[in-house]
Amino acid sequence: MFDFENIVLAASVEEAVAALSANEKAIVISGGTDVLIKIREGKLAGCDLVSIHDIPELHGVRLTEDGCIHIGPTTTFAELTNSPVIMERIPVLGRAADTVGGPQIRAMGTVGGNISNGVTSADTATTLLNLEAELTLTSPAGERRVNVNDYYLGAGRVCLDHAELLTDICVKPENYQGFGGCYIKYAMRNAMDIATLGTSCLVKPGKGGVIDTLRLAFGVAAPVPMRARNTEQALTGKSYAEALEEIAGLVRGEITPRTSWRASREFRLQIAGENARRALEAAWAEAGGEV
Amino acid sequence: MAYPDIIGKSVPRVDARDKVTGAAKYTADLCPANALVARVLHSTVAHGLVRAVDISEAEKVPGVEKIVTCFDVPDIGFPTAGHPWSTEISHQDIGDRRLLNRHVRYIGDDVAAVVAVDEVAAARALRLIRVEYEELPAYTDVSSALAPDALPLHEEVSDSNIVKQHIYEAGDLDAVRSRADLRHFRHTYRTQPAQHCHIESATSFAWMEGGKICVVCSTQIPHIMRRVIGQALGLPWGSIRVIKPYIGGGFGNKQDVLYEPLNAYLSYIMGGACVRLEISREEVFTSTRQRHAEELDYQAWVDDKGRLMGRDVLVLAQNGAYASHGHAICANSSTVLRDIYNDELATRTEAKTVYTNTGTAGAMRGYGIPQACFAAECMMDDIALELGMDPIEIRKLNMMRPGFVDPGTGIACNSYGLADCIEKGRELSRWDEKRARYAKPQSGNIRRGIGMGIFTYKTGVYPISLETASARLVLNEDGTAQLQLGATEIGQGGDTVFCQMAAAASGLDFERIHIVSFQDTDTAPFDTGAYASRQTYVTGKAIKKCGELFRQKLTERAAARFHRPAEELTVAGDRIADRSGATVVTLADLAEDAFYALDGSEHITAEVTSHCTDNTFAFGCCFAEVEVDLALGRVKVLDLINVHDSGTLINPALAAAQVEGGMSMGLGYALSEEMLYNGEGRLLNGTLLDYKLPTALDVPDLKAEFVVTDDPTGPFGNKALGEPPAIPVAPAIRNAVLQATGVAFNELPLEPKRLVAAFSERGLI
Repeated sequence: MFDFENIVLAASVEEAVAALSANEKAIVISGGTDVLIKIREGKLAGCDLVSIHDIPELHGVRLTEDGCIHIGPTTTFAELTNSPVIMERIPVLGRAADTVGGPQIRAMGTVGGNISNGVTSADTATTLLNLEAELTLTSPAGERRVNVNDYYLGAGRVCLDHAELLTDICVKPENYQGFGGCYIKYAMRNAMDIATLGTSCLVKPGKGGVIDTLRLAFGVAAPVPMRARNTEQALTGKSYAEALEEIAGLVRGEITPRTSWRASREFRLQIAGENARRALEAAWAEAGGEV
Repeated sequence: MAYPDIIGKSVPRVDARDKVTGAAKYTADLCPANALVARVLHSTVAHGLVRAVDISEAEKVPGVEKIVTCFDVPDIGFPTAGHPWSTEISHQDIGDRRLLNRHVRYIGDDVAAVVAVDEVAAARALRLIRVEYEELPAYTDVSSALAPDALPLHEEVSDSNIVKQHIYEAGDLDAVRSRADLRHFRHTYRTQPAQHCHIESATSFAWMEGGKICVVCSTQIPHIMRRVIGQALGLPWGSIRVIKPYIGGGFGNKQDVLYEPLNAYLSYIMGGACVRLEISREEVFTSTRQRHAEELDYQAWVDDKGRLMGRDVLVLAQNGAYASHGHAICANSSTVLRDIYNDELATRTEAKTVYTNTGTAGAMRGYGIPQACFAAECMMDDIALELGMDPIEIRKLNMMRPGFVDPGTGIACNSYGLADCIEKGRELSRWDEKRARYAKPQSGNIRRGIGMGIFTYKTGVYPISLETASARLVLNEDGTAQLQLGATEIGQGGDTVFCQMAAAASGLDFERIHIVSFQDTDTAPFDTGAYASRQTYVTGKAIKKCGELFRQKLTERAAARFHRPAEELTVAGDRIADRSGATVVTLADLAEDAFYALDGSEHITAEVTSHCTDNTFAFGCCFAEVEVDLALGRVKVLDLINVHDSGTLINPALAAAQVEGGMSMGLGYALSEEMLYNGEGRLLNGTLLDYKLPTALDVPDLKAEFVVTDDPTGPFGNKALGEPPAIPVAPAIRNAVLQATGVAFNELPLEPKRLVAAFSERGLI
């Protein structure tokens, strides 16, 4: 039995944003895998909910003629993993989604919720950062577009106004074509766990075994998911062998994870460096780079 | 000795169909839909006195029926341990709890309770209760609790925070200490607080009828539960009725009385209305029981051949805020040290159980032995490494031998499969080959090793406590029979092996024995319940005696009706047969006649008490092969084999299942599970997300093997099996990691943060 006052079951984006506009305390719910937990814990007890779970246009993965991949925010992790479009074109994102929680969570939790709750450990967030995903935010005033790298404001906060809804996640062809990818979730268990440190790497090999483009992002290395842009820059144009040699040190010099009871800063630095190297290795292999 | 064929047969569980189809009824399935709901308000300070509780806002919440606080409940201290009651006052469990406590002693202590029409109203009211505390200094670890100026948490129990302590000494340890020819080893081994993680929460519902308080609850110990509820409420024990349906695991947490007395009290003050009290998983973590964190300061003196000449071990157990099982678990830790290994000259153990302002430790599968075994087995490998010996050889030189009698308890080694277990494990794990291979210098990030550990475990609690069990067999009109016990099925398969033993003893076909799985203390024969790996042994003796009496009564009836000498007749499955094997009468006809004969009806039943004055040692070992990823601090278990000597196996398939479950528990204890408290006494990871119980994807293939012995004291040659499988896994893995990396981890669990820190320090990464 969950303690919420009322729920609006929105059938369209218009209805949802109207309901949000009408109630400044209302909270968006889709899969419920975050919100219901907070209600149960008492943090959101007695809240008003606006459900976007049944809005058809927010759901599913579409490939458009221009090569853009549009991911509806209420697409579940399981649907993302099993989407033929994702499997064929951005398999790393599907694999990342498949590391979330357990089968039940993946059947209910959504990719939009994963990034919009602003949590640094979100398993799909780092790969979406690397993919330079473009987010569409819709409010009664209209739509605006925000790169996911600009979405995060701070721990648990994204640049979403109260009456605004994430309505599309778009990955453009130049950001996935030619890339190999790897996401490594470092957690204390092999399932049903939260990332102690998440590492996502996208790499596009250039001619002669050189790194053409490298994208590297971490979860739980900072209050929000972050790109390691200095490392990316330093390794661009380097040979794969050099990059493998240098990546761990560069990462450890760049990221600034904090010590919490879950893990120390030193531990996270060790894992981040090591997994950056391993992720580059796997991403390079997937991209068919020369070794 | 030859036992009837049903002994040693892997018959399917009698409860399998119901449990798989969902037909089996658990506490929540039985609770009336209109029951009131209770929730508990817990202390937010680790140590303090409740000055005031303001319930005025909470009472206004619609749907709230009643709020009781620590100022309202009877001022009766009661014990909670699932121990048999002792008629000797000095041996009785410590009664240091109240239904709700004004003197709160840990974060999570019980301060008030709300009864409401539903969970939402109860939760809303809880959030509105304001408690004013006068804070006292909190002692969140053993050393601060033992500081000379520390306030005693329970003045009525002890003027210090030592719940109890004792010293055992044999031989002249000073003479051993002074010998220059011996090698001296001293290490401190630490084990962590851990939790049972039974799937079903601690849950109950209570109502009154016929002047009695009836409590349906998830417990391992219905008869003890009845007594404790009576004690807690100050009511006659007979006015309490406890019903135990199927339960979703207990592992020792439900060998304690948890929230059932409070639930009974809430129904009582609500005039007997049905009240349900199911605590959340988070409350299970903070406010039920846990495995004791122990620290063992372990010294050994060894000759150059590896023989233990003397040992001196100090065992400190962190007991948390309330006594629960008191000193029994720490005492058990210290006793096993002298049982599993025998010193040539002298042994000294000192054991202290200490109150702290943390969650209460109590019974958990293994009852102090996993902690002691971890220390003992680490020390064996640490010595072997120094002396350049094979870990198996040094154990063989020092471990318990046939004929051993514990000098304190008098428990004898009546059957001995330890050496054979080790040999079997050695062969199955390909120990000699792998140990030699991994002993060669290894380089690179991935390192491999193989390790092992052994253990012994007692069977039941005699002579420390009473061992008693009763059994009843009741003939049905069709010649089948009901088996009624106070012993409990808690998921381990007890009901199935009880039926097998009843069939073996009575001569009835297994299919003719119907177990009454639920215990109702108004009707079930007395038994103290499921703990101490005792039921197949202690209850088994009662079942055997009962079955034999039942057989005798059936044959006597047949003898009387058919004018044959009773001694010529026996029960043969579905009939009474004579010595030639010829059928005298079918059981169906015999039963019909017994119930309905106009010239002499008789309801045939057998009921016995078996007062048990035996105990015996079970044994076993674990072999673990691991691969360590240094850079990521990860231990991958490649191979895990337990070999057990639990005497005769009543049901080999169920025995193997029991071992597999225990091994996965041992694996979590070894690698990932730990309750983390901060300096203020707050549990940081009291959820199943943050408490790292292994999942199916974290557990390797588990190999459960046995060496079958025939224990002369067991009812069918059997001895303890329930708890032992969880014991040897952690040290075996630790010793494998030692071989793989050269790093001796003396603290559990071997989790990545600890490993990475140690490998960094050693320059391995």
